[in-house]
Amino acid sequence: MPEPLFGLKHLFGIGDLNRDQITSLVNLGEDFIDINERDLKKAPTLRGRTIINLFFENSTRTRTSFEIAGKRLSADVINISASTSATSKGETLLDTAQTLAAMQPHVLVIRHSIAGTCEFLAEYLDETKLINAGDGAHEHPTQILTDLLTLKRSIGDITGKTMTIVGDISHSRVARSHLLAAKIMGYKVRLVAPKTLLPSFVERYGCEVFYDFDAALEGTDILYMLRVQSERLTESSCFPSIREYHEAYGLNMKRLRAAGDHCMVMHPGPMNRGVEIATDVADSMKSLILQQVEHGVAVRMAALTALCGGATKE
Amino acid sequence: MTDLLIKNGRVIDPAHDIDAVCDVWIADGRIEGVGSFSGVAAQSIDAWGLIVCPGLIDMHVHLREPGQEWKEDIESGSQSAVAGGITTICTMPNTQPRIDHAGIVLQVIVRAKEVGLCNLRPVGAVTRNLDGKELTEMRELSRAGAVAFSDDGRPVWHSGVMRKALEYSASFGYLIIQHAEDLQLTKGGAVNEGWVSTQLGVAGMPVEGEDSMIARDIMLTRRAKARYHVAHISSKGAVEQVRLAKREGLQVTTEAAPHHFALTEDEVLHFNVDAKMSPPLRTEEDRLAVIEGLRDGTIEVIATDHAPHHEDDKRCGLSCAAFGIVGLETMLPVSLDLVRAGILTMPDMIAKMTSNPAKLLNLPEGKLSIGNAADICIFDADKTWVLDKEKMFTKGRNTPWHGRTMTGQVRFTIKDGRVVFENA
Repeated sequence: MPEPLFGLKHLFGIGDLNRDQITSLVNLGEDFIDINERDLKKAPTLRGRTIINLFFENSTRTRTSFEIAGKRLSADVINISASTSATSKGETLLDTAQTLAAMQPHVLVIRHSIAGTCEFLAEYLDETKLINAGDGAHEHPTQILTDLLTLKRSIGDITGKTMTIVGDISHSRVARSHLLAAKIMGYKVRLVAPKTLLPSFVERYGCEVFYDFDAALEGTDILYMLRVQSERLTESSCFPSIREYHEAYGLNMKRLRAAGDHCMVMHPGPMNRGVEIATDVADSMKSLILQQVEHGVAVRMAALTALCGGATKE
Repeated sequence: MTDLLIKNGRVIDPAHDIDAVCDVWIADGRIEGVGSFSGVAAQSIDAWGLIVCPGLIDMHVHLREPGQEWKEDIESGSQSAVAGGITTICTMPNTQPRIDHAGIVLQVIVRAKEVGLCNLRPVGAVTRNLDGKELTEMRELSRAGAVAFSDDGRPVWHSGVMRKALEYSASFGYLIIQHAEDLQLTKGGAVNEGWVSTQLGVAGMPVEGEDSMIARDIMLTRRAKARYHVAHISSKGAVEQVRLAKREGLQVTTEAAPHHFALTEDEVLHFNVDAKMSPPLRTEEDRLAVIEGLRDGTIEVIATDHAPHHEDDKRCGLSCAAFGIVGLETMLPVSLDLVRAGILTMPDMIAKMTSNPAKLLNLPEGKLSIGNAADICIFDADKTWVLDKEKMFTKGRNTPWHGRTMTGQVRFTIKDGRVVFENA
């Protein structure tokens, strides 16, 4: 098996990484942007490597992003989604993972609704490297590396900058991973949400918490909008209506202007236009949303390379 | 003639206020004497340096038989009990079928007698099929041998049903044991709600789920003049409410499980499924409140909530793993930590596993009375050993103490005068 780079064993979460590892992954991702921009989008880095994307939750962008990342580096990439997998026949998550691992892939990229899925599987899988592509509301490390690369290229050094994350913090793995990354990388996080969408003791991450979106705008460098899931409205009454949510916590042009000219807008996607973000904001010059998607491929190339692109150990 | 002499042990019998180095001797399966033996005994055990006490009682156990014997059955559960020094277990009714009519009560009692290792005293269901709707025939269940009533595993949630259950049971002096959990507040939760659940991104079970139901139940208990017992108390607020109810003179009692006074929610920080149970491990503040409750007598019983599960029910990630851990074989050593820490005296600790639950449930066990069945636990309070989950007698492997050093080891468990467990 190839030797992983940067001292990585797996990629479970931002919380397991140190500053050097994060910086190295982001820088390696930046090096890969070039391949994505040129006409012939292929490099031999991962030739002979097998990567399985095992997705138990719906995903278009993350799965496609991993697939393209692997293919552009010449790896063999197989996609498995829960609806087509054996889990619908009653096989357990562990059996599915062990079965796939027995086919000797180098990397399993896993998304699952249960927090800690990769940590759990790693206890039973010996050789296979695992990348967490989102586990419940726990972590989503490649999204954060994507965001850090995007910020590096748009605003430069992020140290001391303020990122204001707005929306369903409770159920957001992106928010948690950013809260961890902020501590490691030295940026500040403000959270904006009604109490129904904030988890207990969230301030212990060392962030500021606002219930009033407008009060959080001044001094914000990055407005990070989270997707609002409709089941939070229908099943758990976390807010009374889309209309009221958009009025209180939606990002519109007025709020973007109040934040100041320097302020950039991010969203991990997929967006609900007119709910957490107004269309004119999403399409504005301040929006980094499509760059996030673009850089996502580069960062995932970096993550795959870090885990299985090193020199092969005989 | 005397069959068995236990010589020179430190005999602790809280019911009779005995704590002295002396002898206990047994004839025909019954206790013949406690004091200074002179005569001839067929067999003897030298208990010098060991503690000799009544066989322990665990009033909160899940044995899974009938219905889920792959998790545990009465035989493996009995073996596990006596390995933990326990000679009487009260089993919860959430078997399949439920212990909600007399036939099942009799069935499990008979089965335990066939196994012949420990007394099984079933807890009957409060409501038929544990559905929380219609009361069971409590008098019939009681006559068959049920010692208390509970829907444990789930709460008696409906306020109207709980009121009727308390009033009806109070008419006959029965004890209602409540698994206090407001299921709306704990819905989807896997661990205590707090800083740990936030970091894990796992839905939490807030203390208010436990506290609010106890608050309601205490009000209903006051009106019904009933006997109400809080199972596996875990939160600071719950302990405080029971303390106040006692001060008011209500017949409100409670038990604590060793994991709730020994461990905190930090155990699940790395998604440890063997530290997942309901109620969940809580904060250090809650843990200390449970310990204070044990110290000041608010909590009169230590009981394990022994909940064996098959590995298949645990091997699926924290939020989908089954709730519960095994506890019979670790109750004594974990509880002895309270004695070593100076929180409880040795007799106090033993009372919480013998005379106190016996009194609560009107059991003849839990004391070394002359003529009583000779159920005795002999243990070494200082002996250290490392827990290996593969070597446990229970079928469950779900323990958070695997690989940890335990201090205090059962040396002999005696049931009806017969050595049913020995650790050489």
